[in-house]
Amino acid sequence: MGIEIKMPALSPTMEEGTLAKWLVKEGDEVRSGDILAEIETDKATMEFEAVDEGKIGQIMVAEGTEGVKVGTVIATMAADGAGEGGETAQAPKAAESAPPAAPEAAPAPRKAESGTSKLATEAKATVKDPALPEGTEYIKTTVREALRDAMAEEMRRDERVFVMGEEVAEYQGAYKVTQGLLEEFGDRRVIDTPITEYGFAGIGAGAAMGGLKPIVEFMTFNFAMQAIDHIINSAAKTNYMSGGQMRCPIVFRGPNGAASRVAAQHSQNYGPWYASVPGLIVIAPYDSADAKGLLKAAIRSDDPVVFLENELVYGRSFDVPKVDDYVLPIGKARIVREGKDVTLVSYSIGVGVALEAAEALAGEGIDAEVIDLRTLRPLDTATVLESLKKTNRLVVVEEGWPVCSIASEIAAVVMEQGFDDLDAPVLRVTNEDVPLPYAANLEKAALIDAARVVAAAKKVCYR
Amino acid sequence: MAKPTTPRPSRAKAKAAAPAAGADHNRPRPDTPKDYKATKEELLEFYRQMVLIRRFEEKAGQLYGLGLIGGFCHLYIGQEAVAVGIQSALQPGKDSVITGYRDHGHMLAYGIDPNVIMAELTGREAGISRGKGGSMHMFSVEHKFYGGHGIVGAQVSLGAGLGFAHKYNNDGGVCVAYFGDGAANQGQVYESFNMAELWKLPIIFVIENNQYAMGTSVNRSSAEDQLYRRGESFRIPGIQVNGMDVLAVRGATEEALKWVQAGNGPILLEMKTYRYRGHSMSDPAKYRSREEVQSMREKSDPIEGVKKYLADLGVLEDELKKIDQDIRKIVSDAADFAETSPEPELHDLYTDVLVEQY
Repeated sequence: MGIEIKMPALSPTMEEGTLAKWLVKEGDEVRSGDILAEIETDKATMEFEAVDEGKIGQIMVAEGTEGVKVGTVIATMAADGAGEGGETAQAPKAAESAPPAAPEAAPAPRKAESGTSKLATEAKATVKDPALPEGTEYIKTTVREALRDAMAEEMRRDERVFVMGEEVAEYQGAYKVTQGLLEEFGDRRVIDTPITEYGFAGIGAGAAMGGLKPIVEFMTFNFAMQAIDHIINSAAKTNYMSGGQMRCPIVFRGPNGAASRVAAQHSQNYGPWYASVPGLIVIAPYDSADAKGLLKAAIRSDDPVVFLENELVYGRSFDVPKVDDYVLPIGKARIVREGKDVTLVSYSIGVGVALEAAEALAGEGIDAEVIDLRTLRPLDTATVLESLKKTNRLVVVEEGWPVCSIASEIAAVVMEQGFDDLDAPVLRVTNEDVPLPYAANLEKAALIDAARVVAAAKKVCYR
Repeated sequence: MAKPTTPRPSRAKAKAAAPAAGADHNRPRPDTPKDYKATKEELLEFYRQMVLIRRFEEKAGQLYGLGLIGGFCHLYIGQEAVAVGIQSALQPGKDSVITGYRDHGHMLAYGIDPNVIMAELTGREAGISRGKGGSMHMFSVEHKFYGGHGIVGAQVSLGAGLGFAHKYNNDGGVCVAYFGDGAANQGQVYESFNMAELWKLPIIFVIENNQYAMGTSVNRSSAEDQLYRRGESFRIPGIQVNGMDVLAVRGATEEALKWVQAGNGPILLEMKTYRYRGHSMSDPAKYRSREEVQSMREKSDPIEGVKKYLADLGVLEDELKKIDQDIRKIVSDAADFAETSPEPELHDLYTDVLVEQY
């Protein structure tokens, strides 16, 4: 009987893909391990292998089809006739996956839904950058492309800028952020390193002290813990310790925060850690325009910058203004949605959650203002306090742990400098205070979502 | 485990091109270095610099005892031939240098003004780091001296980065990264060896093996205690050098520079040396005997060694006495300067955290 071949999930974050090419046609006999098709994910083109043996029945999705959701049936396969030689083991397995009685009625396996699915929202800022002139054209760009464009533009502009890290060159980036850079700039300026974070963070910092402007990519910031000594002791403190003689203009960048179903060692937000260190600049953008404008500013800065990206938003598209040299100021928060009843403060992926919550709150008659901090050090407290004056209520939304967090810091600043403007205590909506678990339900329970933000906002509005 | 330690720097002849068992014998290797043939003037200059370091460090020790210098203070006494011999072979303004926290001697060998070094030790505004770095964190970008780093081993990766910058800029410079026998056991040293050889970076790794990582002798901490072999598995050739003899040091440095400048990538020099004082000022040095130290001072002292070379060339004791007097004056002036200079203004607390304003 028939086996359904479904669009596979080829990465932890893949939700859909392009069926680039079929390598088999209807009626072909395939053996387990044969390549059936090439599938393009947001990161790479992957080969899709047959698991079962048999004859290709019908091809349901034509090659070149984009946006094929994971789990969609893309072809059917007739199972091999059982009982031939050593093939017997195959028969029960095939029967199990497709009971002959009623194949349509076979219960679909319950797909484990990651807790991160509620993090990566489609929410977009409703307020454009006021610094841009009326009539500016915008181009839809993924965060991934925006980051790449920022690096490419700065590398064209300044010969001292180079990129180093694991898989940044020939592999085109573990998350494809450095795609195409090797081709344009060559292996002198786009450098694959061995897996040796402490070493290459030190080499990067030393090269910066020697007058270059390195961009050091960490495959994720989880691995930067191996290198944190150089980020803090070498890069952040040298200018001060040398009485202003020796600079270290370097950008440490890469994905930060929870990814999808990768558990505790690969899911942590380091924003508060780095933001506590004098001598560092810490940037954590949400959308493509900020990713581009702030990464360009980070590369130009004469100070060491920790630039925290988020894997879950790499593939999201946002408008990026079509201007020649889009550089944003470091240290300036941005109001991404205006409102008068309550202020929601967030950064990075939390901004999407806050925007989604604001939308839901609007439905309940609560007009929320959303602030994207964008830079975590120096923190733009003025924008937060200004908004508080208007709304008198504040909730901080942070995809990260609660203790000693950016949320804690904002709460302290508001206590010290905005106490008289508060009509309710500041509330923090953060992840649960546990290492991030693997199990889908637990992961979901551990991470922030819009519902929790809505509940907190209603609480401070006494609704 | 209580093996007596018997440091043998005085007998350690330069062992070059002695590959570890199993190494590829067909690989090209640097030549066995020869002792440098110094002119009388050069020898006098070596003598002058080494005495300057010795007297400066003795004075720093005194000031520490008086409470004028605080925190950690690591003296270079006994190791003078290493910094002086190596620096003398480098091209100022072209080659770069980086080291750990035992950095006073290197700066003096580089010709940096003793006044601003001593004033940094006393934490004064006029100090080379404006009083904010102290003994372990001194820098002179102008002299291409990149510190002065307090984290054991960090300077090795940073030095590889400086070597990377030389290569990237194609400026013909070589980086010399100094570290101790203690740092030689840090993981990042080997990460840096790997990339330095992989990318053929112009860098000379110098292990100043003074026999003790704080209180732990090399043979109590190092499975391979012949540290010049530590680069072998990265194909970095190593040379063991008598670090108590400035001419041996200079000779080995010449050979190392030749190797690196020819585009062969990094090289490792193990300088067998000895520190007469404790690890830092607060170290009672109970881990070695008084006799051991005394024996080193009597048989291998680098300054006495240069004196002998000078005597062979007919330089009279009186001529050296004149140099000694000049140096005592320089050091005493530096101490006065460091004691009388004002401390940093309070507003300096907030300056130079960042370069730019945001």
